[in-house]
Amino acid sequence: MSSDVVDHSGLSRRHFLQAAGAAAAVVPNGVPAQPAMRDALPLGAPSAAKTTTERVVRLRVNGADRELTIEPRVTLLDALREVLALTGTKKGCDRGQCGACTVLVDGRRINACLTLAVMHEGSEITTIEGLGTPDALHPMQAAFLSRDAFQCGYCTPGQICSAVALVGELKAQALSAATFEAAPAGAVPRTIAISDAEIRERMSGNVCRCGAYVNIVAAVRAVAEGKA
Amino acid sequence: MNDVDYRRPSSVAEAIRFGAEPGAAYVAGGTNLIDLMKGHVALPTRLVDVNRLPLAAVTMRPEGGIRIGAMVRNSDLANHPIVRERYPLLAQALVAGASPQLRNMATVGGNLLQRTRCHYFYDADIAACNKRSPGSGCAALEGRNRIHAILGASDACVATHPSDMCVALAALRADVVVQGVGGERRIAMARFHRLPGDAPERDTELAPGELITAVELPPSPFAARSHYLKVRDRASYAFALVSVAAALDMRDGSVRDAALALGGVAHKPWRVVAAEEALVGRPLDDATIAAASERALAGARPLRENAFKVELARRAIARALQTAGGAA
Repeated sequence: MSSDVVDHSGLSRRHFLQAAGAAAAVVPNGVPAQPAMRDALPLGAPSAAKTTTERVVRLRVNGADRELTIEPRVTLLDALREVLALTGTKKGCDRGQCGACTVLVDGRRINACLTLAVMHEGSEITTIEGLGTPDALHPMQAAFLSRDAFQCGYCTPGQICSAVALVGELKAQALSAATFEAAPAGAVPRTIAISDAEIRERMSGNVCRCGAYVNIVAAVRAVAEGKA
Repeated sequence: MNDVDYRRPSSVAEAIRFGAEPGAAYVAGGTNLIDLMKGHVALPTRLVDVNRLPLAAVTMRPEGGIRIGAMVRNSDLANHPIVRERYPLLAQALVAGASPQLRNMATVGGNLLQRTRCHYFYDADIAACNKRSPGSGCAALEGRNRIHAILGASDACVATHPSDMCVALAALRADVVVQGVGGERRIAMARFHRLPGDAPERDTELAPGELITAVELPPSPFAARSHYLKVRDRASYAFALVSVAAALDMRDGSVRDAALALGGVAHKPWRVVAAEEALVGRPLDDATIAAASERALAGARPLRENAFKVELARRAIARALQTAGGAA
């Protein structure tokens, strides 16, 4: 395979290696920032460069079937960003604390940084790129724009993916800590009313360092109430 | 993160066979294990992915209790109709923990097996941690120890168990069902997690290679009156400084049965049967509550920075019991 073969992601191998080299240069102790990842190979294709653990992993992302040849330790987040070049999903803390990497797996929101890509074969993965396009925004994307629900925008894809799932969870009457707080003392909550307190609690897995929370709550509430 | 071999068993028997090999670790939600691997605290050489094992059901048991499969996600368990109806204490504890994203990933089995921890355990650059490196010492004992244990600790380790779910399971008198090469056995929740003693590297009584397959709950008399109170530094998405699972069965103005367990105060969920007994047969008044919290906190030995936890726990117990009883 020549050095500038373009893989499914559109990234050339040369560009990927340049990017990987730049990343490695800023990491202390000589520990590479990213596990070794290679261009996607056809299923079963022989490769002298394979490590002992590399394997073909089939993912379904934003409605398309993708094949990646990666080590098992590659997180879903790194597979999306570095192999499939879906860089809308952001890497913030990379430890499950900030929510910037939130994606939908079979419609459920999860942190892509704390799970391995290989664990999600057969699942339907939706990233911010799969929610809408500039010409046909998802209602939550449109609400974030109209309510000015961001400043720098880095946390926004994760906020929007999280908020899309939140609306579904509210429709399904899923409990939250705020639901119990709103119920009479010691009682089992029966119904869930949409409130700012509910939305804040349910968005607590997504940090916004710019502090756009007031407008984020307004955007999410507008969609949840069908007013977007 | 170190490179690993990956196996995806199709049956419990196959999983146990893979899990018995040296360096193997079971991975379910991954929310704790992969985090620990990134920090070079956990270094498995093989991951056995148990996510597709047929252990994701909640079923009724003949005597009226329930069996919760080990792979049931925390969010699904909190919202299961039977749990909401009969074990609201468990539902409330579950939604007090972590974030929605993490609760969608985390499983019952994984929640039980998340590591008892402290900042020093998590920082592989700190040499002294008996839990991470047995015999290396404990940096927290004389270090920053505001979040640490006030009960049941040892000079070897003062870390706390971070789970909310496990505090409710302890109060609700759960059993953990595990399977290993030697067959199936049941471990009472009270004995499942260990106190640190001189072997803090072991958080639980699980033998190497054993797999949690289910958690079983007996029928609960507490469905109508329970409360999980979590006190933490942030309004949401933070571990408990102190948490209280309280549940009451009241008849004619007095307590017929009581469940009481604390989180954030010890190496394991802290359930004191003597504290529950102090409530039974009495009206739920201030004197009864004071007697119960006295017993729950007996032997408390705070560290330099966490003496506040003793009074905080006392007040949290009172609030949780009063709320469960419908008085607060």
